[in-house]
Amino acid sequence: MADIVVVGEIQNGVVTDATQELLTRARDLATARSRSVAVLAFGKDAEAAVKTADADEAVVVVDQAVEEYNPGVYEATLVTWLTENPALLILLSNTTMGMDLGAALAARLQIAMIAYCTDLRIEGSSELATCQIYGGKLAAEVELPDRAVVTVIPGSWAASGRSGIPMVHRFNAQPSPISVVKVIEPDASGDVDITRADILVSVGRGIQDPDNLELADELAQAIGGVVSCSRPVVDAGWLPRSRQVGKSGQTVKPKLYLALGISGAPEHLQGMKDAELIVAVNSDENAPIFDVAHYGATADILDLMPALTEKLNGRNG
Amino acid sequence: MRIAVLMKDVPDLVEELEVEDGALPLDDMSFVPSEWDDQALEEALLIKEETGADVTVVAIDTGEVDGLMFTALAKGADRAVKLAGGFSRRLANRQRGAVLAQYCQTQGFDLVMTGVQAIDDLDGQIAGWVAGNLEVGHASVVRDVRAGADTVKVVQEYSGGKMAELELPLPAVLGIQAARKPPRYVTVAKVRQLQKTASVETVDVSEPTAPTLSVRKIYKPEAAGHAQMWGDDVDEVSEKIVNLLEDKKLLRS
Ligand SMILES: Cc1cc2nc3c(=O)[nH]c(=O)nc-3n(C[C@H](O)[C@H](O)[C@H](O)COP(=O)(O)OP(=O)(O)OC[C@H]3O[C@@H](n4cnc5c(N)ncnc54)[C@H](O)[C@@H]3O)c2cc1C
Repeated sequence: MADIVVVGEIQNGVVTDATQELLTRARDLATARSRSVAVLAFGKDAEAAVKTADADEAVVVVDQAVEEYNPGVYEATLVTWLTENPALLILLSNTTMGMDLGAALAARLQIAMIAYCTDLRIEGSSELATCQIYGGKLAAEVELPDRAVVTVIPGSWAASGRSGIPMVHRFNAQPSPISVVKVIEPDASGDVDITRADILVSVGRGIQDPDNLELADELAQAIGGVVSCSRPVVDAGWLPRSRQVGKSGQTVKPKLYLALGISGAPEHLQGMKDAELIVAVNSDENAPIFDVAHYGATADILDLMPALTEKLNGRNG
Repeated sequence: MRIAVLMKDVPDLVEELEVEDGALPLDDMSFVPSEWDDQALEEALLIKEETGADVTVVAIDTGEVDGLMFTALAKGADRAVKLAGGFSRRLANRQRGAVLAQYCQTQGFDLVMTGVQAIDDLDGQIAGWVAGNLEVGHASVVRDVRAGADTVKVVQEYSGGKMAELELPLPAVLGIQAARKPPRYVTVAKVRQLQKTASVETVDVSEPTAPTLSVRKIYKPEAAGHAQMWGDDVDEVSEKIVNLLEDKKLLRS
């Protein structure tokens, strides 16, 4: 019976980077406290994917019903296994699966839950978690209770690259009345591919009105870039989903990312923080976007966009 | 079909967040409805328009939720219920989840909808807590809710634009990512008008017993880096950007 359980995610036949990160910290904590680590993973690729994971035990669930993520089947299976194997710490990534299952598992197991974790560490006799709250504007330091489910923001720390030889065994999927009707792959047709642009003029809710998008279009044209955006701009129906940068959109790495009226919520940063050069314009000097930007300005974007366009066109002209 | 929309208000991020002695002075801050709860309400109201469903907005009374409740009624919710128990603004989500589940249990809602997350849910999201306490099926990070007689279909979002359509039997709990349309707007005048005739029901509930997390401190994170700042003068900033482009050889010749 393992003390620390990592609920793994597998993509294209391999353990995701986010899961590797969980395994790394699980092993660090386990070593310091003489504890053991188990990884639990779903799907036909699970066994091959976890057989070299840095864990003492690997539990694989292979069943037609778990080939695609199904919240009902995954939860029922996890609750059953974790009830038989009551771990102290259950780690999930703060992905759709983690956001979907984390608190529900904690409720079913009647244990605590800690969300948006960015650090897990031992300090003296305490085990502490740091969490990111208020859209990344604040952090909280929390003591890990005796038993908890923790969801960790992907990319919070580096994966070690260590491997291991876990004891692999199987566990049966548990039934659920929830079904996956169909999987919808990302729409690759039609619109421009923002992941290929060298320069992105990216607008957020600070654009305020769809009519102002024209200013962004003109700027993109003058600068030789493409317009992308944050999620609320897509949800409002102002730009197509193919233009969305972030956790549920695209991950981009352009030569220049010009963030205009974007606050820099963790879900947005996840998709653009590795851009080569980030320039952010936001009237709020405390906006978290300035923590990842190389250069920043607190100008009003509705004034800045036309002024910059004019300057560029003057040069090009 | 009876739908419950669970809503809460959260500190307004437009205002500067000041931390005092490792905690937020919540009593001195201004609050706004959590944006994802607003999305959940909008999606519920769209279902009401399509199917004639009955929409009840439910909030825990932690001080000033009347504004949020009357706004929801003005937007088209049928009922607003406030769960009272002398709760403080600091009520954690584990406790909120227990209180909300306890109430939903007695009401037999077909569908319980709430925001996928809130900016302050340090101890997990409400949808999961409520569903786990009720032991009913749930899906979070979803949109496009299509309610049928016995089941509901939703689209769940994953990273990179991948999605799946799921079907859940009713009753079910949903964590809404976004409504099909931007949340509707009602004027302050309309809300005030309604306040004269409509009412918010108060239901007394008992204090949950689950333990809370021990939070050592809340603080402003020390960023690993910070942008070099150029100020707010539009001409100067434009000039700086053009110079930077030139420097990095990103200007078209
Ligand atoms: C599961 C999940 C997945 C998500 N996925 C994504 C994702 O893929 N991508 C994404 O972007 N978000 C995503 N989000 C949403 C994310 O949490 C934030 O809500 C979103 O990123 C905020 O967008 P924003 O910065 O444009 O808006 P806001 O946070 O509202 O920021 C607007 C900013 O504009 C500034 N501003 C306003 N007017 C002006 C002006 N005239 N001039 C200059 N500045 C101005 C304001 O100061 C503010 O900082 C996701 C959320 C969840 C729960």
